[in-house]
Amino acid sequence: MAHFDENAKPFSHKWLDERLAIDTLNRVLSTEYWIPKNINFLWAMGMVLAATFGILLVSGIFLLMYYQPNTSMAFDSVNYTIMSEVGYGWLWRHVHGVGASVVFLIIYIHMFTGIYYGSYKRGRELIWLSGMLLFVLFSAEAFSGYMLPWGQMSYWAGMVITNLFSGGSLHADGLVEWIRGDYVPSQAFLNRFFMLHVLLLPLAIIGGIVLHFGTLRLPHVNNQDGEEFDFEEAAELYKAGKKKESKVIPFKPVFLSKDVFVMGIYFIIFFYLVFYHFEFAMDPVNFDPADGLKTPTHIYPEWYFLWSYEILRPFSTNVGLIAFAIAQVIFFTLPFMDRSPNVAPASRRGLFKYWFWALLVDMIILTFMGKLPPEGIWSTVGLVAALTFMALWILLPIITKNEKKL
Amino acid sequence: MKELKIFGIVVVFTLVLYWGVEPFAHSQMHKHIEGDGFKYSDLKAVTVKGDAKKGEALASACIGCHSINVKSMPAPMDPVASAQAYGVNPPDLSLAGSMLDEKFLVHFLLNPAEVTKSKHFAMPPSASSEQDAADIAAYLKSIAPKEVKPKEAYEFACGRCHANRYGHWTQIGDVPKTKSNIKTGVDLGALEFKKNLGVYQNKLADYMGKLPPDLSIMVRARSEHFLETLVDDPQSQLPGTAMPRVGLNEEGYEKVVAYLDETGDPSAPKRKAVGPWVLGFFLIFTVLAYLWKKSEWKDLH
Amino acid sequence: MSNRRDFMGMALGGFTALGGIAALYAMKRSWDPLPSVKAAGFTTIDLKPAQENVLVVEKWRGKPIFILKQSKEMMAKMKEEDKKRLIEVDGGHYAVCVGLCTHLGCIPGYRPETNDFLCACHGGMYDSSANVTKAPPPRGLDIPPFKIDGTKLVLGETGPEYEKMLADGTTLKV
Repeated sequence: MAHFDENAKPFSHKWLDERLAIDTLNRVLSTEYWIPKNINFLWAMGMVLAATFGILLVSGIFLLMYYQPNTSMAFDSVNYTIMSEVGYGWLWRHVHGVGASVVFLIIYIHMFTGIYYGSYKRGRELIWLSGMLLFVLFSAEAFSGYMLPWGQMSYWAGMVITNLFSGGSLHADGLVEWIRGDYVPSQAFLNRFFMLHVLLLPLAIIGGIVLHFGTLRLPHVNNQDGEEFDFEEAAELYKAGKKKESKVIPFKPVFLSKDVFVMGIYFIIFFYLVFYHFEFAMDPVNFDPADGLKTPTHIYPEWYFLWSYEILRPFSTNVGLIAFAIAQVIFFTLPFMDRSPNVAPASRRGLFKYWFWALLVDMIILTFMGKLPPEGIWSTVGLVAALTFMALWILLPIITKNEKKL
Repeated sequence: MKELKIFGIVVVFTLVLYWGVEPFAHSQMHKHIEGDGFKYSDLKAVTVKGDAKKGEALASACIGCHSINVKSMPAPMDPVASAQAYGVNPPDLSLAGSMLDEKFLVHFLLNPAEVTKSKHFAMPPSASSEQDAADIAAYLKSIAPKEVKPKEAYEFACGRCHANRYGHWTQIGDVPKTKSNIKTGVDLGALEFKKNLGVYQNKLADYMGKLPPDLSIMVRARSEHFLETLVDDPQSQLPGTAMPRVGLNEEGYEKVVAYLDETGDPSAPKRKAVGPWVLGFFLIFTVLAYLWKKSEWKDLH
Repeated sequence: MSNRRDFMGMALGGFTALGGIAALYAMKRSWDPLPSVKAAGFTTIDLKPAQENVLVVEKWRGKPIFILKQSKEMMAKMKEEDKKRLIEVDGGHYAVCVGLCTHLGCIPGYRPETNDFLCACHGGMYDSSANVTKAPPPRGLDIPPFKIDGTKLVLGETGPEYEKMLADGTTLKV
């Protein structure tokens, strides 16, 4: 039974605590939320992602005030109204475009940090899975957002990606038309992807983030050595004043102070890109208005989709689609494909060390090839890289099953 | 220390990724075309000296198709009628003498279709000798106004084929302000203008093979180098294109680009003004954050 | 020691707040009416075709504008001070005002038989110079900023005649 002191002054600390349990919340969520001390700046990527998502949301709000989801007005509502008429409209547009690209760099760093340190095992499987779910949701959000300026790249990316759903020999053209709402990407298509981008996917992402935080709570955050220790014991040490000996730190103010410093460095780089170096995020091809009767000489997805795009390309239609589908879901299987119980940095895990760096390099090569025209030596390299990708995943259970227990 | 090493690895991989996806890939997709830098090296130097007075008499023939506004000489037909006759509206000649390369202009007058490298070019040869051509060129140079606004440069060099909706420019002139009928909402003025523009654009598309694109945001859709080499010689970047080589000199091209920047990248000055402040803010922010972090972690190691 | 920590934390917090204020300023500017909206705030009206005692309605900034040419009889009935509300152009006298009742914004109807306006919403009435004659409206119909240009009026720009009306209190700023 809650106890309410009738002498407590309205909106005072005590009054609020009786009604909202703010003291408990503060303890549980920050001052006694224990994080291992043995971490490095890569552990701040989660907060960097949350901050970037926040920036995308806020800049998106101001773009939403002036964007017109109509095929004849969309392009100019962005490139004329927002870029030249709206006060600081150009700033929101640049922040949003650069943010949408940089967020994936941070996502990949965050993901590969998890893979390197084994943060997907021993109670942390759901953290990994909810994170992968967020990756899929962010991918869908990025794709739907890219449709909105209705430039040449928007249109033709929309055309090509929805064509994937015809399933090769299955010829599911009806399904493709149903997804588009029309025979080709048009008003119906633009409007529904606008709905997805502005409402449904952001809500799903917020839900996903809450889930991701929830899955993190009981297993706790990992540390650089993968060491398993008693958090309660370490917390008691810290609270007793033995901070040097304790293996943990409180989220607030200690971990937060490092987080904020890392975010500062990040924001310097981020805003440098926003103001001075943004073409990688705002490709010139999308500054031609959409033209359903003319495919640009070079179409390609945004950089963060290139590795998976390249897995699709080198094979015949059906094989490519199957390979592509596998590539989308294979990362979900990581906690189960890795048969070793070791939670440790890859450098201490024998063959897994080579597997990790091989995967990273292979995905970078796939990314390069995905951008290049599929001709000559590039298509050969792409084919080899795609096959290597498949081979690496087949090898993973074998390598890890035979891994020496640490 | 260890963290710096990890940071270094992350930075290296990121930069490699950027290099492959951007500069490297684009170099593979678009072969570099050097361009002639508006020197028109394929045309022989002009050996005769032009006489502006003789040129003035010869130039009276130009009024058959062209207006010369600086001399208050109007065109014989309005833009739409001109398009119906020739496919496109011939340009006003006030700026021809200052924006076009002199050597180009002389050769152009002798054989417009060949020198512009566009076989269908509507203008016939308009000088019978190199001397006559040089005289006309000298006259045009003498009457050209000194001050040219970027929009005027665009209208002369590009505007009769390329609209620029962000600058409110159509091939037949600026979009006029019109009023709707209060009882019906019908805006006859706007409808009339749209119709005339439509007639013009249809004729132009027939003449050129397709409607030349609106250049509002072209400065962000193509690189600086591409645009420069394209205007210098359209065939070098788009072989077989119907776009004529216009013959701009360097200053003329700069003025045209200034207008394209106005309509295509109007926020550039604001970006340059605000950028240093934002970066400065985050620099100070990071220093303060570092000091706070240090004080929080001091007794932990 | 905790003092230094708290101080640094507060210094950082304060500095961040400055950045927040700058961001809020940018957001406020994004909410501002666009230049094209403000530029569309000018309408030219030709007074010549107007007939006496026949209400003409135009549009300015999305609002209805009443133009009522006064006949000799209407001028005779009019109070002297109300004549200050009229615009004289080329020998004719015109009432030019925003056709929205100053009570709560409905459009009053003109009655040529009685040369007055009656607002159907709450019964307010105005005379032919559009000055209020029956409550609840608190004042006469507002006069938009105008500039005389021959026989034309440019609404949205101001001229000396309008400035005088503002100074006299004949109308409030619209």
